[in-house]
Amino acid sequence: MTAIVQAAKSLLLKEFWAALVLTTKYFFRPKVTINYPYEKGPLSPRFRGEHALRRYPNGEERCIACKLCEAICPAQAITIEAEPRADGSRRTTRYDIDMTKCIYCGFCQEACPVDAIVEGPNFEFATETREELMYNKDKLLANGERWEREIAANIALDAPYR
Amino acid sequence: MVEALYNLFGGEGPFLYFLAVIASILGVVLPLTIAVAFAVYFDRKIWAAVQMRRGPNVVGPFGLLQSFADGIKLFLKETIIPAGANKVIFLMAPMITFTLALISWAVIPFDEGMAISDLNVGVLYILAISSLGVYGIIMSGWASNSRYAFLGGLRSAAQMVSYEVSIGFVLVCVLVKVGSLNLSDVVYAQEGGVLSWHFIPFFPIFIIFFISALAETNRPPFDLPEAEAELVAGYQVEYSSMAFALFFLGEYANILLMSIVMAILFFGGWYAPLPFLDFIPGFIWLFIKTALFFWMFAMVKAFVPRYRYDQLMRLGWKVFLPLSLAFVIIYSGVMVYAGWLPTNG
Amino acid sequence: MDLASTLPAAAFWLFAAITVLSGLMVISSRNPVHSVLWLILAFFSAAGLFVLMGAEFLAMLLVIVYVGAVAVLFLFVVMMLDINFVELRQGFLQYLPIGALIGLILLAELVTLGTAWTFGGDIALNAAAPMPALEQVENTAALGSVIYTDYIFIFQTAGLILLVAMIGAIVLTHRDRPGVKRQNIGKQNARRPEDAFELVDVEVGKGVPMPTKKG
Repeated sequence: MTAIVQAAKSLLLKEFWAALVLTTKYFFRPKVTINYPYEKGPLSPRFRGEHALRRYPNGEERCIACKLCEAICPAQAITIEAEPRADGSRRTTRYDIDMTKCIYCGFCQEACPVDAIVEGPNFEFATETREELMYNKDKLLANGERWEREIAANIALDAPYR
Repeated sequence: MVEALYNLFGGEGPFLYFLAVIASILGVVLPLTIAVAFAVYFDRKIWAAVQMRRGPNVVGPFGLLQSFADGIKLFLKETIIPAGANKVIFLMAPMITFTLALISWAVIPFDEGMAISDLNVGVLYILAISSLGVYGIIMSGWASNSRYAFLGGLRSAAQMVSYEVSIGFVLVCVLVKVGSLNLSDVVYAQEGGVLSWHFIPFFPIFIIFFISALAETNRPPFDLPEAEAELVAGYQVEYSSMAFALFFLGEYANILLMSIVMAILFFGGWYAPLPFLDFIPGFIWLFIKTALFFWMFAMVKAFVPRYRYDQLMRLGWKVFLPLSLAFVIIYSGVMVYAGWLPTNG
Repeated sequence: MDLASTLPAAAFWLFAAITVLSGLMVISSRNPVHSVLWLILAFFSAAGLFVLMGAEFLAMLLVIVYVGAVAVLFLFVVMMLDINFVELRQGFLQYLPIGALIGLILLAELVTLGTAWTFGGDIALNAAAPMPALEQVENTAALGSVIYTDYIFIFQTAGLILLVAMIGAIVLTHRDRPGVKRQNIGKQNARRPEDAFELVDVEVGKGVPMPTKKG
């Protein structure tokens, strides 16, 4: 008897129809994907995206050229050269990050004693050429200006856990 | 259709007749190509919806113009001819595929008397053209001078030849009842509402026809010729730009053709399912039915896993062939015994 | 110029020329795959000629059977064999005499046949057999009514011969290899969860007895 039932089931494509019903149910379910370039998913305040060099509210660069980030960078993506500035304070003359080497581990951010180098929330910095991914100090400072609000908010949100 | 246009144009002279022929061909081919573009779009949309994705939604409202954007992109790309390829055959193969996909539509009756050519061997004509479809694929496979393409071509050829046999037997069953090879006559035989449509008397073999049509058009779950897991893209692997676009269009035109053939053979063609719905024109009914079958094609792609090649061959030769052959014998036996054979010619 | 008569004539010359030319290309092209493709073109234009004669059923059969199935197998074989034609042509000339001889014999036979042709006695009967005009009877129906009545015996015999050939080919190539593992799909599909496993609550420290194997 079971053999007959089995034969009838396979001949009448029972599983096929069951699958059709199931997929039709899924067909009308709400979409789980987002409409990406126009909608974006939530990001954690700890998200590690594109790098930025921050300034103090008075416009002074935070970075004091201690080179801790350069030392800790496991991918050796950071290159720093430093000289005393005219007013005698120690500042970088060169701060380069090779974004093609960077592994976005966030160690530079952790190492920084003055919260100068941070990984911001921006992850849409694809470029058409490789050269554009060799960031220099100007680019990083520009990033800092552009993303300061978000970065400051993220740091404030994360502060209780540190 | 040609005659009607000819009379509309004034009905005299060979030139006007020629014009009427051209006009009716364009009248079928232009909507068809546009329908193919939207078929690609809806196929992607349906597939996406089943997987709870959004599918193309950027170009145009709801992404409706996506296929046209893709078409323009392919049109502007460079046609790459691989070194060692047989150039003439390599370029001829997509043209053959596309042409064959289009010329089958010559015998499709869209409404009463609305076919480019109401051939009295229409069913055979469609079978013949779809059996020619192998050549585009096998030629592209051979001419590409690539192992992937060659294996894909061989698989496709073996598969299409195998499943044509059971399609043929299913058609024989229908023809025994109708008594004519003319597609319009097949539709006329189903006049009188949903209960007289062929899918009721031909219930099991109608499903055989549907599954064989999937195999014939190289659709999932029988898309082994282009199984990307093992053959990258099968016979299309070396094609780019317009040559690839022709394959793609041909494939979808064939899917639409199979859908419309199923609507004509088993689901009453242009007839309304219930008599009081007759006020809606016939071609709209045919369009709705075709769209339903296309939806089934797209859904099957979404929920059936791909067959292994030996399973595919087993299904064709050891399951469908004996089943459809048995049904030919049963149907004709019943017909003869009960005296239901149509007395035609 | 009357279109109704010129168009079929033009079509005839077109198809005939293509048939002959592609026939020539079949034997003269250097690549065997090209030969098969030309052969397909020849078949196809022959089908066109059939259509012009009003024998559309035969035309479609020619396309379905010969172009759609037989020539595909040809193409398969030729593609898979990958014949090296340069090598094949090397001994070509030494077969020329025997080839020419066979050709001559065939020609002689054809000529003899052609000159000695006489019509059978009942030709008048055949000619008088009712042959309805093309417009009245579809040639599908006409063929069917002849094949399944007058020539049923010959028709069935032809079918049987093909069946014998098919079975013969299978018997000749079939070999029964022992020790080959085969998939029994029917059996696999018939397998149900209750045949395959059972759920057991395991008490701590006791384990479970090995289940007895089920049929």
